[in-house]
Amino acid sequence: MSNIVVDKSKVPWWVSNVIVPLVNLTLALLVSGLFIFIAGENPIEAVKLIIFGSFGYIQGFAYTLYYTTNFIFTGLAFAVAFHCRLFNIGGEGQAYIGGLGVFLVAINLSFLPIPIVWLLSICGAFLFGAAWAYIPAYLQSKRGSHVVITTIMFNFIASSLMIFLLVDVIRDTNQMAPHTVKLPEAIWLPSFEAFSGILGIKIRYSPLNLTFLLAIASLFFVWFLVWKTKWGYEMRAVGHNTQAAIYAGISPHKNIIIAMCISGGLAGLLGVNEILGVSHKIQAGFPAGYGFTGIAVALMGRNHPIGILPAAFLFGILYQGGSEVTFEMPNITRYMFVAVQGLIILFSGALENLFRPQIESFFVRRLYKEVNA
Amino acid sequence: MEFLSDIASLINSTLRISTPLVFAAMAGIFAERSGVIDFSLEGKMLMAAFVAAVGSYYLGNPWLGLLLAIIVCVCLSMLHGFASVTHKGDQVVSCVAINILIIGLTTALAAAWFGQAGLTPTLNEEQRFLEINLPFADSVRDIPIIGTLYSDILSGHYVFVYLAYLSVPIVFWIVFKTSFGLRLRAVGENPSAVDTAGINVFAMRYKALAVNGVVIAFAGAHLSTAVNANFFREMSAGRGYLALAAMIFGKWHPKTALIACLLFGFTDALQIRLQGVELPAIGEIPVQLIQAIPYILTVVLLAGFVGKAIAPNAIGQPYIKER
Repeated sequence: MSNIVVDKSKVPWWVSNVIVPLVNLTLALLVSGLFIFIAGENPIEAVKLIIFGSFGYIQGFAYTLYYTTNFIFTGLAFAVAFHCRLFNIGGEGQAYIGGLGVFLVAINLSFLPIPIVWLLSICGAFLFGAAWAYIPAYLQSKRGSHVVITTIMFNFIASSLMIFLLVDVIRDTNQMAPHTVKLPEAIWLPSFEAFSGILGIKIRYSPLNLTFLLAIASLFFVWFLVWKTKWGYEMRAVGHNTQAAIYAGISPHKNIIIAMCISGGLAGLLGVNEILGVSHKIQAGFPAGYGFTGIAVALMGRNHPIGILPAAFLFGILYQGGSEVTFEMPNITRYMFVAVQGLIILFSGALENLFRPQIESFFVRRLYKEVNA
Repeated sequence: MEFLSDIASLINSTLRISTPLVFAAMAGIFAERSGVIDFSLEGKMLMAAFVAAVGSYYLGNPWLGLLLAIIVCVCLSMLHGFASVTHKGDQVVSCVAINILIIGLTTALAAAWFGQAGLTPTLNEEQRFLEINLPFADSVRDIPIIGTLYSDILSGHYVFVYLAYLSVPIVFWIVFKTSFGLRLRAVGENPSAVDTAGINVFAMRYKALAVNGVVIAFAGAHLSTAVNANFFREMSAGRGYLALAAMIFGKWHPKTALIACLLFGFTDALQIRLQGVELPAIGEIPVQLIQAIPYILTVVLLAGFVGKAIAPNAIGQPYIKER
């Protein structure tokens, strides 16, 4: 089984970076189909519904891209920290606090002209998210408390804190439900239906908005930061071999802090999409699991922006198509798709080496036979 | 006198609330002492709660529900072992996968099978564990001190509460006084030395994970078939992580882990008592902030403000046999 020895230098990049992840994804989806069957529904019908729901009509496709936006942010957040060997599973809490940041900046500076108030709100989201990640980062590097436990605890603490704020401090007092007042309409980010109106396409409503472009920009930002700067190099060095990094004069403490803060900031940007773009107010529990989905997105995308984009899109399809499924199939709830995420993390993360030796040696034999012949 | 009965009820609820934490911490000791990180205590506890509730609903006997929960939890532990011991996958990723999978699966199946959003049907008295009244509990109640101690604190708990505290000396004995325990600790400290001595490192880690699965099942069954009479969505509420923090704070040692679990249980019991109470000088603390106290305490304890924790040497590293 693990006795197969493959000369890594002979394995083409597309085998290890495309074929193997696709095989793992297929396995995860096959097991998901089994779960849908156990729940008493037809998995093939479910796939048809997913494809129709996410591509079949323009509004559905807009929803797909809206979810993709969120998953790009949380996927990048997990990936950046992971390059420093840190498991930031606190994206959920960081996004929650990031939402507070974007709201506080936007509501207090709404008198500023439009692009400036947007930029400042984006900074607010990033800084609040980063600040929430700073404490676990500090405790990890200085006190050695495992970042997985602290970030999970910070998710619970963020949730308690935000509900306290929403109930007692910043609640819209004219409403019973715990949410804030709406931001003034003048500073809302333009939505997709505004653009599509110009193009002559009429749709009723879609949550897709300008934040999608910010997400694409973040992909470039992360790629540049991690692979093209000295910071990124140091961060990866610490993640790869801390002892060697120390020997080379790189400070693990500094890089753990930087990696976690950038990670938290990226998760915080989810607040821009949700609050400046879609609901225009803070609602209790708005991160709705996107932070956890980011883990699956990042692992499936092999922690690289080029992989994270299609992975985020795939999860966008699963979410939007999934809501179509839950609507049509009474036995399937949206939690089934949480289980699917778990399977994808399992197969493309923990079990990524399940068939890797077999697949790689298969291709190496095929390719080199041709060369030798 | 009212003060005394307040104290008694606080201790009583501390013992009850700490129970799942104690089971989870003991389960964690087995896995982590053998060198396998186990963040998936949370997911396994949740799965055990679900399986125990569904099992005893259909089979009519909570003990059968517990048995099913044990089987399923051992399977999940084996899955964790398959990914992280056999295939040398990342142990933390494997745990996160299991946790997310279980959160989704339990809720989705509960909805599919019972039609309620993440709830299983309420169990009747035959399908759940009931509180055990120790003999003579009623007759000695009026004796001062001893009566309170025996009747109000020791008596009237679910069977799991007694099992949990009984498990601590048993785990201590297994881990520190038997040859199995010696091998377990050696595999976690220096697997290549153990391998040289002719002991199969992989088999030891699988055995440790199997025990871990058995023990954690009790925590879940306690939640859904004893304290509550059904399963509900995400009912483990971070207890797996709290227990792991308690275990780390207890330096991977049953006795100190027990103390840490009791401390968590006590804070939780206290936060329930404090809700809606006017405190002198501070006033009423908002309920959401009080509920966050156990989580904040976890962070503070883990930060090692109380002492430095040293993990088993080989923890988190897959063992690669040299050829």
